[in-house]
Amino acid sequence: MSLALDPKEDELLSSNIKMERVTEDVLAPMGRFPSWPWHIAFGIAQTLMLLLLIPVALQMVPGYGLGIFGLQNPNGWGLYIVNFVFWVGIGHAGTLISAILFLFRQNWRTSINRSAEAMTIFAVMTAGVFPLIHVGRTWVAYWLVPYPAERALWPQFRSPLLWDVFAVTTYFTISLLFWYQGLIPDWATARDRAKNKFFRMLYSVLSFGWTGSARDWNHYERAYRQFAFLATPLVLSVHSIVSFDFAVSLIPGWHTTIFPPYFVVGAIFSGFAMVVTLLTIMRVLYRMEHYITDTHLELMNKVILATSIIVAYAYGSEFFIAWYSGHEYEQYQFLSRPFGVYAIPFWIMVTCNAFIPQLFWFKKIRRSVPAMFVISIFVNIGMWFERFNIFIISLHNDFLPSNWGVYIPTIFDISVTIGSFGLFFTLFLAFTRVFPTLAIAELKATLPSPSHGSRLSHLHDGHGQDDLGHAGYIPPEAKD
Amino acid sequence: MAKIPVPAVMGFYDDADDLMLVCDRAVHREKFKGVDSYSPYPIHGMEEALGLKRSWVSTVARIGLILGAFLGFILQAWTSAVDWPVNIGGKPYVSWPAFVPVAFEAGVLLAGFANLLSMFAACHLYPRLKTIVLSKRITNDRFVIVIPVKDAEEEQRAVDFLREHKTLKVKIIEGIDQEQQRVIFRAAPLAEEPAR
Repeated sequence: MSLALDPKEDELLSSNIKMERVTEDVLAPMGRFPSWPWHIAFGIAQTLMLLLLIPVALQMVPGYGLGIFGLQNPNGWGLYIVNFVFWVGIGHAGTLISAILFLFRQNWRTSINRSAEAMTIFAVMTAGVFPLIHVGRTWVAYWLVPYPAERALWPQFRSPLLWDVFAVTTYFTISLLFWYQGLIPDWATARDRAKNKFFRMLYSVLSFGWTGSARDWNHYERAYRQFAFLATPLVLSVHSIVSFDFAVSLIPGWHTTIFPPYFVVGAIFSGFAMVVTLLTIMRVLYRMEHYITDTHLELMNKVILATSIIVAYAYGSEFFIAWYSGHEYEQYQFLSRPFGVYAIPFWIMVTCNAFIPQLFWFKKIRRSVPAMFVISIFVNIGMWFERFNIFIISLHNDFLPSNWGVYIPTIFDISVTIGSFGLFFTLFLAFTRVFPTLAIAELKATLPSPSHGSRLSHLHDGHGQDDLGHAGYIPPEAKD
Repeated sequence: MAKIPVPAVMGFYDDADDLMLVCDRAVHREKFKGVDSYSPYPIHGMEEALGLKRSWVSTVARIGLILGAFLGFILQAWTSAVDWPVNIGGKPYVSWPAFVPVAFEAGVLLAGFANLLSMFAACHLYPRLKTIVLSKRITNDRFVIVIPVKDAEEEQRAVDFLREHKTLKVKIIEGIDQEQQRVIFRAAPLAEEPAR
């Protein structure tokens, strides 16, 4: 790619990028044999995935069962709940980018929304693995769903754990539908570009026969906006409901009203960090520097910085409330976090989440790809340990000393945790291979207009405004 | 997939604003009926330029939202109070605050399906092995106006109108070959590519 495609300082995308170029750049990797860095990355991811599959297979063998994991009272949930909440949280950034930034008309989202939404779907899938393993008898996991069973029993709808089932499955389904709607015009672009008969047929099926008529776009846009309106409260509700699993109980360290917003902000924080990790990798693997520019990444880093401050504030607020409440169990809980047996995870969390992201105050670091890659990894580590702090530490010393116990993960717990990253990256790398990784249609709509005038520029003011006066274009900044 | 009108005159552009201006004039000044346009991305203001009505899709989604939430609530209330009442610590059988999250999620779920499926219905979208397209460049970088015509006189008027507006290319849609699943075109009289 020539240097002429690099955007100027004040624009997101270079005005030299033409629509044909977008089509070609995004769709070409789908028909090409992947590069060797992709193969290496995919190989590593699949190898890591084995670390997830081996313990899961072993767990099914009679005589082993869930006993291979370090789960026991008082920590019956162990790393499963840590990983579940961590991965559901990762997913939040995708919906935030696709729905909330859409409603706020943040056009920079168009370069990143497709891959961020894909990340959401894969993160929620990875999260879903953990409750399924943890029920022990995975093959009867459908008992969680209310259906007229032969035992005539119904699930307990007053339990937050059941709310979780509904929240996470709804979140997954809506994210998938929303994502697929955005993909339809791009499948149509792939269909019309395909040289091979088989692929033309495949993409025709996937595109549902989309032709790009203005009448269809009219319905499409209305539906897209409606999805954004649905997904916005949904994304805020999902992690709130996940936090109810804990906030509704009476355990010191869990029984707090701050949990829903605290969880949602933490989710956005970790999700954006994961998006930065993935985009920096994707940029290198697919040479997308002209679409995912330094400016895009800088904007993401600003979100990480802002949410880092909110998360740090939440940590402080938890300690303040523990002291201010005069609740001695709560106070003991919060004393044991920085100074107890689990002091190391606590300090990893504080360092990675509250201190390291402060480096993003410097513009140079915000725009430096290697720096942001490293920082985003630290944030991911920090947010994993935040979940560890909340769940493991709170459970290990509750009201009665006779209940206390230290949970130590076994090698299988750690294997499943690392393996979940393998599953996630396998899915994501496969996605970059076979899907349009940028939202082609949306990206074209936000391309800066070319410097030369259009054929009819003498008739309108550059916005389609006609001498008749009623042509409908209202520039976005003039609306509301 | 929008229905392709036959016969019709088709004009090509390479700029969204140009297309919108031409559509606006074709509908509001020249008074052509049933004008449609095709573009690689949605163009803001095109609905007004073509005089399209606001889509009904989101209304269906909102009905789905309310219906889903209602059904979700009924499911919980019926299972916990009627079908198998379980007394938990003397709490009321229909303890409605505990039923809010699931009712909300059920509402959003049904609304999402209603939204996408009504969009598919409105646009006549379903998985097809072959799609009839007017031009393969529409989904890439071309902006097309389609003016349905009744007779030769109107056809000439449409062709002249498009030429006047510096269209890149004019084509006449003559029919659709159902067997081959493609559109049959005829060159417009005096068709010549204008110099750029």
